[in-house]
Amino acid sequence: MAVPPGVSERDFDRALREFENAVGEQWVFASDEDVDLYRDAYSIYKGDPEDRTAAAAVAPYTVEEVQAVVRTANRYRIPIYPISTGKNLGYGGSAPNLSGSVVLDLKRMNRILEISERNASVLVEPGVSYFDLYRYIQERGLKLWVDVPDPGWGSLIGNAVDHGGGYTQPQFRNHFDAHCGMEIVLPDGDLLRTGMGALPGSESWQQYKFGAGPWIDGLFSQSNYGVVTKMGFWLMPEPDAYLTGTVHVPKHDDLIPLVDILNFLENTGVVNGMPRLGSMVGGGRLQSEPELQALLARGASTAELEEYAAVAGRGYWSCTVKFYGPEKAIAANWEYAREKFSAIPGATFVDGESYRFPLTAEQIEDITRGQADGTGDSALPDFGVPSLVTFSAGARSETNPNPSSGHVWFSPIIPRSGEAIIEANRVFAEAAGELGLPVAAAGFSLPATYWNRSFMYLYGFPISEDPEANRRTREVFERLVRIAAEHGWGEYRTAPAFQDTVADTYSFNDHALRRFNERLKDAIDPNGIVAAGRYGIWPRHMRGA
Amino acid sequence: MIVSRTLLLSGALALILAGWTSAASAQDAVEQRGKEVFDYWCDACHGDGPGRPGTAALEALYNGEKPALIEDRDDLLPELTRAFVRDGISVMPFFRKTEISDADLDALAAYLAP
Repeated sequence: MAVPPGVSERDFDRALREFENAVGEQWVFASDEDVDLYRDAYSIYKGDPEDRTAAAAVAPYTVEEVQAVVRTANRYRIPIYPISTGKNLGYGGSAPNLSGSVVLDLKRMNRILEISERNASVLVEPGVSYFDLYRYIQERGLKLWVDVPDPGWGSLIGNAVDHGGGYTQPQFRNHFDAHCGMEIVLPDGDLLRTGMGALPGSESWQQYKFGAGPWIDGLFSQSNYGVVTKMGFWLMPEPDAYLTGTVHVPKHDDLIPLVDILNFLENTGVVNGMPRLGSMVGGGRLQSEPELQALLARGASTAELEEYAAVAGRGYWSCTVKFYGPEKAIAANWEYAREKFSAIPGATFVDGESYRFPLTAEQIEDITRGQADGTGDSALPDFGVPSLVTFSAGARSETNPNPSSGHVWFSPIIPRSGEAIIEANRVFAEAAGELGLPVAAAGFSLPATYWNRSFMYLYGFPISEDPEANRRTREVFERLVRIAAEHGWGEYRTAPAFQDTVADTYSFNDHALRRFNERLKDAIDPNGIVAAGRYGIWPRHMRGA
Repeated sequence: MIVSRTLLLSGALALILAGWTSAASAQDAVEQRGKEVFDYWCDACHGDGPGRPGTAALEALYNGEKPALIEDRDDLLPELTRAFVRDGISVMPFFRKTEISDADLDALAAYLAP
């Protein structure tokens, strides 16, 4: 049995007994077989002796049990690492930053504590998954949607505190932004509620975020200042209808006004679904059109590619916009969007999909099919329906006969402009050449649009069974993080393996942010027991180690 | 005497039948629980219909030699189910005991077993 770093076997044994007294013997996992299940299933250290592993796991059922576990951990200086559903795959899974930590597994705390259709809000515990909440709402016939990320098995709380995102309206897509009120067990076992939750008797915990005084909720995201045991979220009332439409523009440089107009339409609330940028090589065309492949392979000029797009009768770029709301209103919004996009000479438009809600089972199946084969404008998350369809992209299939063992995401934030997309393509293509990475269609890589004020690239790096291949991937990944940072682009989220590297890039004024985070850490968690190393925040006694 | 002997025998038979029935219903209950575990944890990937990556993966792997739907398989020994759930494979992660307990895994394995 492994023992946490700096802890004697005798103390660890005592702590485990106290954990058992707190949560029940069957919910303390210390055998190798059980502890092995707390590895990161998609670890970039797979097969490597440095792979992060736990010393044990404890699974409390109540807030009081969490407090008891934390107090014991503090007494014996046991590092603990909270997880919610443990499904943060691609960003670290259930494994701790610090090997030898005891994982605080909150999966059993899976209660939906309050839900209000009138206020369109919910209060949940960390073990509640998107699937759980969706089923709960469906069973009760509530007219509420949950904004879901791609995989539905994640935790609302875990995803929000790791800054995850989804696909519906902008005020719900950013899951941390969409929360209202938190409850946190602090490293000394004290219990804290934020916002209106700090006011005894308040009935507006899920209605007003701030209360009075500093708003501290952000401190408990991507950090290690406490264990989040409850969070409120604002839900989306089921709209009447939904509509999509696509604009195609003919020239390479049209990308700049295309994004500017899109930004205007989103920032004025006209486009209120998650847009999707596309290009002449998207939609499987690269595989099916040898002539296009050949053009790209020989580094054809922009003029040649524009000509190819014109002859093929398609735009150089496209943008699919989505609308939620009353049927007449969203039709008018699409008409208005077309007017605005028409400022780009040669812009053409294609009407897309339209639905009225609730969706029928047949419609859900059609949407699922369109999502799985990439032919639809829409996907299940556009309608707040959780699934695991996203894994179709990585799992074995006819086109992917040798699937990887998972993936890890490189995901830098870039400015929300056409110029930034063009520059990112140049920089990443150059970096790919230098690092020996494959580039399918140089110049045509497009960012995700989860955040309505910025763009974000998402590049998945495969996990291999070969430790040497994983070592090379780590090197490439770290190099990319640094190259991105040199251009002012920073990661929005990353796996523990890269959190020190990423934290290092946010270095304004001699790492003032990290120094501030460390001062907080020392004040709030002087023994450094909670999630040591999370996002580069190490306890005093481990800094520089 | 004969009557009472018959009654005794009937009683014995009834007891045996009752035992058989309760064993059968216990097995039914286990398999019922296994089905619930399947629906909750496995169906999103291994169920029937479009967009089920587990089913699509097994279709690509077996190419018709075996059913792609694991509920239709007649060769899934309980050890195999246990191994895949606790070890994972490819992009399928392993599942912790706070997700699928040993008892639930036994029920799932019984439900999928031939």
